[in-house]
Amino acid sequence: MLTTSITSTDLLFLLQGAWTTILLTLWAMLLGTAGGVICGLLRATLPRATLPLAWVLDAFRSVPLLIQFVLFNSLKSIAGLDWSAFSVACAVLGVYAAAYCTEIVRSGVLAVSPNVRRAGRSLGLNYWQDLRYIVMPMATRIAFPGWLNLTLSVMKDTALVMWIGIVELLRASQIIVTRIQEPLLVLCIAGLIYYFISLVVARLGNQLEKRWQEND
Amino acid sequence: MIEIENVHKSFGDLDVIKGVSLTVNKGEVVSIIGGSGSGKSTLLMCINGLEVIQQGSIRVDGTEVHNKATDLNRLRQKIGIVFQQWNAFPHLTVLENVMLAPRKVLGQSRAEAEEVAVRQLTHVGLADKLKVFPGKLSGGQQQRMAIARALAMSPDYMLFDEATSALDPQLVGEVLDTMRMLAEDGMTMVLVTHEISFAREVSDRVAFFRNGLVHEIGTPEQVLVSPQYAETADFLKSVL
Repeated sequence: MLTTSITSTDLLFLLQGAWTTILLTLWAMLLGTAGGVICGLLRATLPRATLPLAWVLDAFRSVPLLIQFVLFNSLKSIAGLDWSAFSVACAVLGVYAAAYCTEIVRSGVLAVSPNVRRAGRSLGLNYWQDLRYIVMPMATRIAFPGWLNLTLSVMKDTALVMWIGIVELLRASQIIVTRIQEPLLVLCIAGLIYYFISLVVARLGNQLEKRWQEND
Repeated sequence: MIEIENVHKSFGDLDVIKGVSLTVNKGEVVSIIGGSGSGKSTLLMCINGLEVIQQGSIRVDGTEVHNKATDLNRLRQKIGIVFQQWNAFPHLTVLENVMLAPRKVLGQSRAEAEEVAVRQLTHVGLADKLKVFPGKLSGGQQQRMAIARALAMSPDYMLFDEATSALDPQLVGEVLDTMRMLAEDGMTMVLVTHEISFAREVSDRVAFFRNGLVHEIGTPEQVLVSPQYAETADFLKSVL
């Protein structure tokens, strides 16, 4: 008979960690999507003028997230900012997600057929109306799978915030492992929780995509 | 009235239009024929300012199209254009496709725009497809929707850029019928077309484009039946 010393308090502790993971993901994707939409539109419409922006975003995509966390955390202390670790985590993850989201949005906007845009303009729609009523809805459908991918990837990347002292799902499971010395079981449970969160996100996404596909 | 005067248009080093002059009077149907690369489609894009020109002038009802001070969005409201690739808005239903511009550009209420859209769609024979998405329609139906979409803006002019060229042969007829109906209603139209017999039937005048110039222009009988130039005759022989 298999015995374990894991308690219901431990499970609750894991779930609390999972909640932190979800919150971090939500904030990161909220910031990242907002930033990504703005930067992506700028990059798609003014590719030359926004080249410096591309370089900056490239830096955020290229430097490992862990280094970004540690650097920003130190920078925060040097600059005397009174931010909580959670705010730092959201900011860094948000910028990181925005850097990726920019490219997703840019590719979506560029994938909208110029002929369809031309048809819109020929009806008298101005630049912004064309953007709002034709480009954005079409680009959203094109970019959505990539965006969903980013969400899932950011959710797993949130595990890195443990390095700046936040207890999220992975850190919570490590703490329990240290105490009860049953890494296999605890990590399996943590993995299942990650899997379950991903499943819900992916399902919701699929439903939305299916609704769009019915129209095509 | 559309007045085109000595228009030159180039894409980089490539001169597409090399000094075209053409006047289209109110209520007139003018067909433009010619080989590919003769600049006929490009000219249509220049008429409503979708393409810029390098030299010359185009005036629509006296308004200079290629003048920085001209409000192109306003001007385009009275110039409908139908493209070879019908360019439906795939995320909107047929009804919404037609209602979009009247609502957003003309500021019509939903009810007003819907009434106009339903009338135009009925006119082109799509009354039973209002709630359908364009992806579910045939090419001919999508093209008729595109015509209704342009007509919903109550334009004074309609430009057709090879409106039937991308259609399966059996779908060409339904689109031509719709265009014929418009011509009979007295719409001022400029057609770029390869449908010579249709051009002959509906046009008041036919222009043959060659190498970015109007090579020959006249009544359908003059140009299509007894052309003056050998190049026109050769072209007609090649497409008939």
